[in-house]
Order: sequence, then structure tokens, then C-alpha cells
Amino acid sequence: MAVISYIDAVIMAMREEMERDSRVFVLGEDVGIKGGVFKATSGLYEQFGEQRVIDTPLAESAIAGVGIGAAMYGMRPIAEMQFADFIMPAINQIISEAAKIRYRSNNDWHCPIVIRAPYGGGVHGALYHSQSVEAIFANQPGLKIVMPSTPYDVKGLLKAAIRDDDPVLFFEHKRAYRLIKEEVPDDDYVLPIGKADVKREGEDVTVITYGLCVHFALQAAERLASDGVSVHILDLRTVYPLDQEAIMEAASKTGKVLLITEDNKEGSIISEVSAIIAENCLFDLDAPIMRLAGPDVPAMPYSPSLEKSFMVNPEKVEKALRDLVAY
Amino acid sequence: MVENRHLQAGLSDEQVLEMYRIMLLARRVDERMWLLNRSGKIPFVVSCQGQEAAQVGAAFALNRENDYVLPYYRDLGVVLAFGMTARDLMLSSFAKAEDPNSGGRQMPGHFGQKKNRIVTGSSPVTTQVPHAVGIALAAKMEGKDIVSFVTFGEGSSNQGDFHEGANFAGVHKLPVILMCENNQYAISVPIEKQLACGKVSDRAIGYGMPGVTVDGNDPIEVYRVVKEAAERGRRGEGPSLIETVSYRLTPHSSDDDDSQYRSPDEVSEAKKIDPIITFGAYLKAMGIMDDQMEKKLNEEIMEVVNEATDYAENAPFANEDTLSKYVYAER
Repeated sequence: MAVISYIDAVIMAMREEMERDSRVFVLGEDVGIKGGVFKATSGLYEQFGEQRVIDTPLAESAIAGVGIGAAMYGMRPIAEMQFADFIMPAINQIISEAAKIRYRSNNDWHCPIVIRAPYGGGVHGALYHSQSVEAIFANQPGLKIVMPSTPYDVKGLLKAAIRDDDPVLFFEHKRAYRLIKEEVPDDDYVLPIGKADVKREGEDVTVITYGLCVHFALQAAERLASDGVSVHILDLRTVYPLDQEAIMEAASKTGKVLLITEDNKEGSIISEVSAIIAENCLFDLDAPIMRLAGPDVPAMPYSPSLEKSFMVNPEKVEKALRDLVAY
Repeated sequence: MVENRHLQAGLSDEQVLEMYRIMLLARRVDERMWLLNRSGKIPFVVSCQGQEAAQVGAAFALNRENDYVLPYYRDLGVVLAFGMTARDLMLSSFAKAEDPNSGGRQMPGHFGQKKNRIVTGSSPVTTQVPHAVGIALAAKMEGKDIVSFVTFGEGSSNQGDFHEGANFAGVHKLPVILMCENNQYAISVPIEKQLACGKVSDRAIGYGMPGVTVDGNDPIEVYRVVKEAAERGRRGEGPSLIETVSYRLTPHSSDDDDSQYRSPDEVSEAKKIDPIITFGAYLKAMGIMDDQMEKKLNEEIMEVVNEATDYAENAPFANEDTLSKYVYAER
């Protein structure tokens, strides 16, 4: 078992699935000879050739739409959007088509496509290379949205997404790509889509979050531990549909809940998590639900001071947790 | 003396008669849907009338055992030629559970039937063009001899998905036939307000494929050009764009009043060259069909349409408890 980075886990999952199943192929901009702008498809072109690692014209609706057609035919396409911010031209294909193909055909057709995209800020990416776009897709039954936080989860969940019989949006935090490393088994394993995961057991206060913010929460939890405060951390992993049972269990366990996303606050994934807790756990709560999120401005600015102010970080999480514990 | 054109195009007498039968069936099913709509029995109709020749001519040029079709909402003729039945179409019109297109979930005209390789479609126009390209790509990857055939209207040829899909197919030399059924109106907006170029087929050059415009009222001519495009695709030479020019004989849909934007005279003129009439006349001139055969064919078709209507009207709606089924795969 080797220590690998988050992005290496992305590559490993795709390579293993392409070796296992000849129907799996990759398409997107710069995914071929260049191996992707982040190198997330590095080595695949050399191993599988240009028939299965396809450099497409620069047109996102076609990347999604051609993938959807191939998926309906019976292939297992993995379409890459170069940045989550650039998924917008493909939204009609994703929401009007991929999400509804099974339902609208009464189960006659289905669409097993994976659409991967790097998202998230803190990399000086400015407005159009920093966005979190999951909330746009998170009220579209028929879609699944996976946003892993660790290399182990990346590998197991991306393999599960590729084998899934329905469309899966797989959002990878671009700052996690080379920052987050851990031991990942070389063997074949999958993790269940739709299941959250407890990343730290605790008794006093609960954090529910996903993506890079899981790591901010883990760091903050370490700092609080030295003061005798025990933090429970639930990583959603799949942000749509949500693992309601795990959310209720985590919220009820401590009665104090901090929800975190780096997306804009209003109408975000954690808004829905908050509603689930409010509907089901009101009498288990010892404090109002607290949310820590990006501000409601259109997107993350380029300027370092403004970017820092927008982003969630361990210090902001620590402060929020201390306030919540003191309530 | 009328020239025999179908033999030249490689079509037998039996084939052209069968083409006419399907064109007529499409027309009669469509007319029945309007009657049912106007008598309050079905909520909606969107018509094929005036485009049957283009649809059936094209379908006959394809391999109807192997090829994939991605029809748009007017393509009754295409889906009937690819194995859908009048009963299937009536079940869809009445939104009944047994409707093979969608189990009554979608409006009529939203075709889909996997067993006949009729790919499920939606209402946002032209999204099916990239799907057709993806199917051709997948078939090519698997080394299968499959052509994908996709249709859309002239208004839809302005959508990004038309251009993105056409370009992708051109770059990868995929066996896709893009057929624009130009009926001269996008609801109320005439072609001169849709296109800055003279013809939809002019757009082909930008995507490295041949583009041709043909008379959409002439099923033999449509057959000929689609056949050529299919052969081109099968030889690995890439996609083709075909524009069939016809006229939409009905309002856009049962909810449209076309007298607001076009004159009755214009519609009357178009009805003089209605392909059901002109192709019927051709078959008679060729001695393939006589008045008696025509009468018998009409009677047989009316029987089929009546049976389909009765069956569909009496069929059950989907049970309410199926509302949440098939959002995701069920195990």
C-alpha cells in the first residue's frame, strides 16, 4: 500500500477501470497527449491510445452530449470538464438529458456517464477557476453528485461512479489534488455512493461538511482537542442525494452542529442539510444550527486579500466551533 | 410520360408502395390525433403533416435492423418505418401506462423505443445531435457497422448543440447523418428570420462535411441522398448534412393558431404539392397503384388507426404509485 496524492487516486481509479472494462473511455479537452491541464489523465493516452482517451473540440455541451449518446449506446464514458466553472454550457445536456433519460423513457434507456470536474478555490483561480457548482445540480433527481475529500475515498468512489448505471457528477477539489496524500490500497475496491463517512469520532460538537473543508475541520478539531473539546466530523462524500440517516445520527449525537461549505451560503448543500436536521432532530439540538460558508457574492476574486476573505480555512472553522461550544 | 425514378434510385415497386403505405399511415394517425384533441380526448398534438415524404424516404435509406435514429418531435414517419406501431403512438397520445416511449410520462412526439433503436428524446431542441454523434463514436469504437441518423428543424439548426455536434462528428469522421427537416417555420418565425445564409445545408462546409438541399416532398430524392450519406458514413468518410425542404401543413401544435402569422392562401398553395397526393399520383402513373388499391389501402389503414385508438383509449393510465419509479436504477 503506497502513499499517493488525491490526483494520483483519480488516475489510478480510471486506469484500473479502463483495464477492467473495455467500454470505459475518457473524453475532454487536453486529456490526451497532455494528460489533462492538472495531469488527472496522465499516462492514460500512452496506455490506452487515442481511441479511448479522446481529445475533443473545445465545446462543453458536446463533451457532455457525445458522452451521453455513447452511454445510451452502452459505453461507460468519463467526460472531463476542464474546470467546474466551465460546465455551464453543458447544463442543458446534464439536467435536461442525462438526469431524465431513465425516468422519461420509463426505464427503457439509461445513461451511465461520469462527468468529472475540478472545483474549488484557494488556488488564485479568480472568479472562473474557483467555483463550487454542486448546488446547481443538487435538486435534480436522476443525478448523483460525489465530492470526495481523501485519496482513499477518491479511488473507491470514482470506481463506483464508473460502474454506476446512472449519471454521476464527480467533483474533485483542485487544491486537494497535490495537497492531500494518504495510503491507498493497490487492489480493487469500491465505496458506496450515497453514504457519508465519519472522519473523526467526537462527543461535544458535530461538523458536517465535504471536500477540502473536511481537512479544515480535522485541523480545527485537533486544536480544540488540546482544550478538551471533542469534535465529531461527518464527511458527506455524496452531496446528492444526501445520506439523511447519517446526517440525523451525527447531528443528534452531540446536539450542536456546524455545517461547512466553501460554496456561497444561500441555497447551498448545507442549506438542505440544515433543513433535514431541522425537520428530524429539533428536540435533539442544544444550540441553533450554525453554518459557515462562502459569502453571497458571485464568485471568488483574484486578489489574495479578497480570496482569503472568501475562503473557509481552519481558523474560521475553529472560531465557529468555539462559539458553538460556548453557546 | 412520367419518368421512372424509383428504379433508378434502387427502389423496387414493392418498396415504394410500402413507403407510400407508411406515409399514409403517419398522416392518418396524425389526423386522428387532431380529431381526438379537438374533441377533448387528448391534451396535445404536434404534427408530421407535410413531412412524411422526407421522413419515410430517409428511413428507407437506412438499415432498419441496425442503424440508430434520433428523431425530433414531428418524425411519425421515421418511427413508424423503424418499427413503432400505430397502437404505440396512440398509447403515447392518450398518455397510457403501456406507451413504449415513456409509459405516458412524456408528451406525444417525444419518441423512444430501445428495441427499435429509436433513442429517447426531450423537449429542449437539438440536444439529440450530440447524442447521435456519441452513438456513432461508440459504434465506431466497437467496430460496428452502424450509422446514426438525427433530425431537427431549421430553427433548431441555430442551437449550439447542432454546431457542437456537427463539428465533433466532422473532426472525428463519424458516421452520422444530420437531416434538417426545413418546414419553413419555427412556430411563427419564418426562415428568413432564422438564417443569415441561404440554406441550412450551407452550414455543412464549416464542419468539413457535404451539405445538400433536396425537395422534402419527394421521398425518392430524399432516399437517394440519405442512401449516399449512409454509404459515405459506412466507408468511414464521416458525416453529412441533408436539408429537406417541405411545408408545415398544420399549426405548430394543437395549441398554436397559425392564422396569426401566415395566410390561408400560402397554406392552400402548399397543400397542392402535399407529398401524400403527389407521391400517390406518381405510383399511379407508374402503374404500381390504381384507384381500387388506393381505396383498399386507405380502408386497411383506417382499420389500423381505429383499432389503435380504441385500444389506447381503453388502456389504463399508470398507477399513481409508479410516480417515483425509475429515477435511478432499481435492483
